[in-house]
Amino acid sequence: MSTETDVPEIRLISGVRKRTDMLFRGAMTVGALASLVILALIAGFLLFRGFQIFADFGLGFLTSSTWDSGDVNDPTTARFGIAAMLVGSVLIATIAVVVAVPFAMSAALFIEYYAPRAVRTVLTSVLDLIAAVPSVIWGIWGYSVLMPDAEGWAKTLHSWLGWFPLFDVPAPIFGRSPFIAGLLLAMMILPIVTSVAREVYGQAPRDHVDAAYALGGTRWGALRTVVIPFGRSGLVGGAMLGLGRALGETVAVFLVLNLVFDVNFKILASAGGNVASLIASRFGEASPYELKGLMAAGLVLFLVTLLVNAAATAVVKRAKVAV
Amino acid sequence: MDQPTSNEPTNVDTGEVVKPVIDAPAAPVEDRTRRRARNLEVGSAKGLEAVGVHAWFGNHHALADVSLHFPENTVTGLIGPSGCGKSTFLRLLNRMHEFIPRSAMAGEVLFEGRDIYGPGVSPTEIRRRIGMVFQKPNPFPAMNIGENVVAGPKLARLRVEDRDALVEECLVRAGLWKEVKDRLDAPAGSLSGGQQQRLCIARSLALRPDVLLLDEPCSALDPGSTLRVEETIVQLSETMTIVIVTHNMQQAARVSDYCAFFLSDGGPGRLIEADLTSNMFSNPSDERTANYVQGRFG
Repeated sequence: MSTETDVPEIRLISGVRKRTDMLFRGAMTVGALASLVILALIAGFLLFRGFQIFADFGLGFLTSSTWDSGDVNDPTTARFGIAAMLVGSVLIATIAVVVAVPFAMSAALFIEYYAPRAVRTVLTSVLDLIAAVPSVIWGIWGYSVLMPDAEGWAKTLHSWLGWFPLFDVPAPIFGRSPFIAGLLLAMMILPIVTSVAREVYGQAPRDHVDAAYALGGTRWGALRTVVIPFGRSGLVGGAMLGLGRALGETVAVFLVLNLVFDVNFKILASAGGNVASLIASRFGEASPYELKGLMAAGLVLFLVTLLVNAAATAVVKRAKVAV
Repeated sequence: MDQPTSNEPTNVDTGEVVKPVIDAPAAPVEDRTRRRARNLEVGSAKGLEAVGVHAWFGNHHALADVSLHFPENTVTGLIGPSGCGKSTFLRLLNRMHEFIPRSAMAGEVLFEGRDIYGPGVSPTEIRRRIGMVFQKPNPFPAMNIGENVVAGPKLARLRVEDRDALVEECLVRAGLWKEVKDRLDAPAGSLSGGQQQRLCIARSLALRPDVLLLDEPCSALDPGSTLRVEETIVQLSETMTIVIVTHNMQQAARVSDYCAFFLSDGGPGRLIEADLTSNMFSNPSDERTANYVQGRFG
């Protein structure tokens, strides 16, 4: 009698894979990897083309606000820095999210919990349609329809809250401000934020909603007690997805914003910055060296949006797991 | 409630004076079973009463012509095989039925002599006075134990004079106080299933309802927790009217004063008969009831 049992070696499980299966598997893998490869290629391209700027200006590229292409034949006279643009991008995107989230939240709650079936279908498709409007159309509409009105709102806001630095202006000109660009972006990101909010609110557990009703809660009571707390992190994720979109939006902002190379936190003033608009406005007539500067700016924008989107995805995912 | 005095024994949980046995009404349990079955008949003014109630889901006629009276401070068990409409009937009693899309009803549900589906009746007010506990324990996950108990008054925007006292009172009545008194700020999800269900009962009690509807409250619980919940139900029935849906015949026999047997013959569910629980189990008037309570089908 042996005291130790014989443990057999773990065997390899093998089998024949059919050729068609292998082929199909290969095709699917290529498709799946393509997006990753494209992402890597874009990052690589921007890094390759813009690298010299980081080498020449270092951190100053991020902290200074001068944008001077200098003498075309003498690159040493050029000065590039995107601090004002970066601050402007974040400022405008933040305004957009702050304005859009309350609307998206109420739209989502209305669609999920108040609207009759027919209205619900119509609203959902209208929101999808808004998402499909090209951004240049938004820009033209924003410039010719929104801006004249929004200037009036900005004036009112300034007269009431002008004592607060954020709403102060150096001169009484209210057009082409970060405020107006932010409003326009808010409308543009409304569909994506609403759709994420709708998804998480729709997943609120029915038995908890029932519990709130059974305690004599009104519909608003049930939403306040169960649905809104349940969807909180999902809503944050949706807002961040919107932020990512707003940071990268180019044409619409370009049409309604007065680009000024000074860091400006006064949102009503007719002076703002935006990395994407900078690239769009300079790209056509840039010298080879300035082009490198624009590529570097593009890389910074690319990384910031990538980071925001990744964070948003993580938050939304965690919200779903928490169910 | 009596104020405790120094020389009288008091209940540890409630601070309530424990009266000497000699003062207690003689054999209260005997009294309950001696109640007359005619209490169940339609036409009594007190308590809760369904008159000719029907229910539909879309075109599906789920429940037909149910008339049933729930006398004050009694426990009525609704029994019958799955799909016989007993849960539907229960949800009709506090207007939870209308939350199901495309649902409809006919007939009247009288509460203190007034039709709860009548004009000028606030459904939220009705649900406050006729509480409900569900099959699956559903404490609010974002709240701790104490917050769950007072969630009802908070939802109703009622002022709570002494929150701690209310929390304690409800948890005591639900038979949960001893187990949770030291961790009222722990999340409700940290409790066991049976404890969560008793927390849900405590949550319903915080609104001081006159009627409590329980929809298979023990079907997700282990036998030990089931026993605790049943004890709770029997205790509560001294001060409130209770209607309980159950699939468990022993449970119906243990906790209920009256039983109502529902059955669907392929069409809408109907009330076959209702009587004292003891009669239903020993001497039912309908053969189908006898077959069901003896476990021959369902």
